[in-house]
Amino acid sequence: MYDLIVVGGGPAGLAAACSAWEKGLKQILIIERDKELGGILNQCIHNGFGLHRFKEELTGPEYAGRFIDMLRDTGVQVMLDTMVLEINRDHQVHVISAANGYQVLEARSIVLAMGCRERTRGAIGIPGDRPAGVFTAGSAQRYLNMEGYMVGKRVVILGSGDIGLIMARRLTLEGAQVLACVELMPYSGGLMRNIVQCLEDWGIPLYLSHTITDIVAKDGRVSHVTVHKLDDNRQPIPGTNLEFDCDTVLLSVGLIPENELTRAAGIEMDPRTNGAVVYENMETSIPGIFACGNVVHVHDLVDYVSAESERAGAAAAAYVSGTAPEGGTIDIRNGADVSYTVPQRLRPGNVPKAADIFFRVRRVFKDSVIEVSADGAPLVTYKREHMAPGEMEHILLPRKLLDTVDASEITVTAKEA
Amino acid sequence: MVRELVCIVCPKGCRLHVDEDNNYSVTGNSCPRGAEYGHHEIKNPTRVLTSTVRLDGGLYRRCPVKTDRAVPKGKLMDIMAALNDVSLQSPVAAGQVVLANVCDTGANVIVTKSL
Repeated sequence: MYDLIVVGGGPAGLAAACSAWEKGLKQILIIERDKELGGILNQCIHNGFGLHRFKEELTGPEYAGRFIDMLRDTGVQVMLDTMVLEINRDHQVHVISAANGYQVLEARSIVLAMGCRERTRGAIGIPGDRPAGVFTAGSAQRYLNMEGYMVGKRVVILGSGDIGLIMARRLTLEGAQVLACVELMPYSGGLMRNIVQCLEDWGIPLYLSHTITDIVAKDGRVSHVTVHKLDDNRQPIPGTNLEFDCDTVLLSVGLIPENELTRAAGIEMDPRTNGAVVYENMETSIPGIFACGNVVHVHDLVDYVSAESERAGAAAAAYVSGTAPEGGTIDIRNGADVSYTVPQRLRPGNVPKAADIFFRVRRVFKDSVIEVSADGAPLVTYKREHMAPGEMEHILLPRKLLDTVDASEITVTAKEA
Repeated sequence: MVRELVCIVCPKGCRLHVDEDNNYSVTGNSCPRGAEYGHHEIKNPTRVLTSTVRLDGGLYRRCPVKTDRAVPKGKLMDIMAALNDVSLQSPVAAGQVVLANVCDTGANVIVTKSL
């Protein structure tokens, strides 16, 4: 019997395991399906990680390396090359591996840290032929940076999320011609620094409010794509077509938390995040099962994943030691222009000094406020000079304030000041 | 000449104006970090380069590397060309120098992952 089983050995799982160890758990197991720890950070060879956490700019492998080194000094056990098939409310974990076959492991607590997957061509339904040469940006990143395969020579990128931007630069450095980055929305989903350093540095045009309307194949490989400008209803405007001769299309069109295990276990899900509904300590609707990182909601910065996961690990340790949350529950609703919140529920009696609430806004804001209200009456406001959908926001709700709330729910709203 | 650029220091995205004829003085910034960024970015833009080199005998065929300091933007492609000739044998340790003073930039190319 393990004190804690962590599903996933990426940044979330590593931080959760380290933190649970520090809080006194001894029998901890991380289960990872890949051949090494570190998760997606291993393929993110660019720098910019760790500015918050370590106050310096690290590459993905370096950031993962910091946590893997920390783990080495603990007694945390690791199972690599092992796939978790099922978990259940009795804290049993069904796993399979070539080395050990099928096993059922038992744990006092579980942390879910499976991360997310990329949306694919099927998810967005691009018309046209279905040839080789269409990749998600992350798959192409792994081919290029780890496996050592160049994915193409003339590339069009759909979506301006950070992975797509990073790949635009990476492919250019490796000698490919990136013809265009095409974005459906009127603004980029990526960080400004990536727009500048990945596109502008290399003269790669960014077409906002445009999308790919046709993919043409020749001899089984992408040979051409058509791009159209979109109207306000995101419909292609006839006659605005741009034509690109290319052999490769990369998709950077969003991430989906990977929650098959979560759903099958009967854990309550949040349709807004596609992740589990969690309490202030990252506990899911099944006691003793916690979730953290991109499997809960997609983060912009790994630094925030680490911080959230440390809270989950610490909470798992508290659960195993028998500390039960007391008192009532407050639901957090998203008001106008807020698309979701994490956590979705608070138990004020279980909040240390303050509860960290993460959320995203639906549009770009200048000089605005975030308002938290109960029964229509404002409780507290927070000023923000700038907010955008691509940037995760967070507020700290003090325990003292929560203790005064009589209502069963509070609402988080974004609006102009 | 006055050059315009968007500040990338924080998400606010201030529009900076940098006067090349007036000691690269910056206007349009709302904090000192923006002024420093604008000045540096127009006068002498630099970047940390990250890439991979060939690795034999390791878990994967590529080993990630980076320059250990920012290098002039104009040298990035020269450094990429220099990295094409590098071939490492596993094991390698993070921090290990692959190319010292690469392309006379004063920067070393170092391994970023033990493999």
